[in-house]
Amino acid sequence: MNGSNAVLVDLTQCVGCGSCTVACKLWNGKPYDKGAPATGLHPVADHSNWTTLTQRKAEKDGAPAWRFVKAQCMHCEEPACVSSCMSKAMRKTEQGPVVYRPDLCAGCRYCMMACPFEVPKYEWGKVIPSVSKCQMCSTRLAHGRSPACTDACPTGALRFGRRQELLGIAHDKLKTGRYVNKVYGEREAGGTSWLYISDIPFGQLGFKANVTSESLPAIAEHYMRKTPALLLGGAALFMGLSKLIQRKKAVAAAEEGKREQ
Amino acid sequence: MNNSGILQFDTTWGGWRLRMTPFRAVLAGMAGLFVLLAAFRLLTGLGASTNLSDQWPWGLWIGVDLTAVALAGAGYSMCVMSHVLHIDDFHGISRRGMLISLLGYVFVLLTLILEIGRWDNAYTPFLSWGHASPLFEVVIAVSIYMAIQVVEFSEVATEKIFHSANRYVQLLLPAAFIIGAILPFGHQASLGAIYLLMKGRLHPLWWSDMLPWFFLATSFYAGPAMVVLEAIGSAKCFGQEVEMRILTRLARIAAAIMGVYFVAKLLDLARLGQLQGLGAGSFEVPMFLGEMVICTALPAALAFSPWGKTKKGLFIFSLLSIAGVVLNRVNVVFTGMYRAIGSGYSPSLVEWGITLGLLAAVILAYLFVVENFNIFNRQH
Repeated sequence: MNGSNAVLVDLTQCVGCGSCTVACKLWNGKPYDKGAPATGLHPVADHSNWTTLTQRKAEKDGAPAWRFVKAQCMHCEEPACVSSCMSKAMRKTEQGPVVYRPDLCAGCRYCMMACPFEVPKYEWGKVIPSVSKCQMCSTRLAHGRSPACTDACPTGALRFGRRQELLGIAHDKLKTGRYVNKVYGEREAGGTSWLYISDIPFGQLGFKANVTSESLPAIAEHYMRKTPALLLGGAALFMGLSKLIQRKKAVAAAEEGKREQ
Repeated sequence: MNNSGILQFDTTWGGWRLRMTPFRAVLAGMAGLFVLLAAFRLLTGLGASTNLSDQWPWGLWIGVDLTAVALAGAGYSMCVMSHVLHIDDFHGISRRGMLISLLGYVFVLLTLILEIGRWDNAYTPFLSWGHASPLFEVVIAVSIYMAIQVVEFSEVATEKIFHSANRYVQLLLPAAFIIGAILPFGHQASLGAIYLLMKGRLHPLWWSDMLPWFFLATSFYAGPAMVVLEAIGSAKCFGQEVEMRILTRLARIAAAIMGVYFVAKLLDLARLGQLQGLGAGSFEVPMFLGEMVICTALPAALAFSPWGKTKKGLFIFSLLSIAGVVLNRVNVVFTGMYRAIGSGYSPSLVEWGITLGLLAAVILAYLFVVENFNIFNRQH
């Protein structure tokens, strides 16, 4: 799905204004909670914050440097949450977003466990709760618009476009030598729709370093595909074995009977 | 008849034996507490009643469910040995395995209904098939298997009530035994497959693409171990002795699988290049060694030693090997995830109360069934 929509985040261009987090809350109708800020040194990623902006102190050329890291659902090309869902409440759309349907959700929270980026959150305070995560403004995309956060970004740090195109732009930028030589999201978890470039190593900015580059759903599907055949084969084997052993026993018993006569 | 009050009686009423002892009264109190706490959970939601969080979305109840399904493997492993392989020795004890299994799955089902956030949407997997999800396979297979278990138990039930239906149950039984023998292979393995998606999060001492097969092996030997423990326990409580020869044979079958599992797990660690992880001084290592050495290799050796022919030896064997299966599931759900999550979790009082209260109810149900139905003295 390389033709699908994506966002390229250039961390060197973010000034930390937080407009993206405000735009997100306004468009998605998420409440503002004083105990759960969306920006600052310790923002809280929860059901009310589909995107957060973390202020991070790092080091560049021996001098302290501040960077601002936007985090939201990465919208994987092959999402573990989608393949984890037993009732198809999570779905990857043609256009790129990984969207959630609360009406199908039974609340098992396997998606929260399976996500390599720990993105899905839960409405713990509700009696009838839903999973909660960035939808990449799928309804805006369906109308040819870009996600609310990218629209609100005043510096061009968030760039919306086709994934393949954005990867090209990102690699062109890396060639200038001003960046760390990596596009985060190009390969993580089999590739994501959100891509990041940075002038400071991603590890220093809180990005998960040990995310596998394999497609996680492929690992599970490799197993799942085998099971129907194994179960049917097993049932046939058991039926055959059961009959065979019963017959052998009957024959043995009959011979025993003959000998006694 | 002994009727000396509400905490101590032993009476028959309309053909049913009803017994109460102070121990059972405590269990009944706990079961009552379960009902109250379950209502509290349903009325207030998960956040108010549990210590689960966005960091630890799965806690005690998932750990308990994974463990209980494994221990309830008694049903299918006894079914395979008794009704597929027709090992005569095990005919007389296969009903015990079936009962342990039935009660185990009821325990799991009730826990799950309280565990899922949207119990009002519990039917959605049946309508909207998430067929790529290992959990989907678990849900479907467990549902079918529970129906099979009801058929299997109907054979026992119709010996006492609705006698005329026994004829029809007998017609269903051969198919029920085959499905009941094979189906759990699917969901026991799929329970392990759930954690395939946690690659990179679950600690490499436990994560492997072989995880489904390891879950399968451990659940298969958990069954005989549970039956050995139950047989020794019921011999003490009800004087229902099972021949030592049969129990030793059962334990040694379990021990053989444990031995194979132990070797396979080590080979798998070597294949994935994780053997040197055992030399690391992290807290995961003692948990892993406890599971694999003290609770797998040791009881397996014990079963094949001369102690495997004594009641005491078999008792220790069954306790250790059951502890090993429990520890394995605990390690996968908690120990192995701790590092990736980075914060702690300890279950709330409501979580403990619901689990222990439901366990008490299940033990009461077991006592009632064995005192009223023919579980022990199966004449074949």
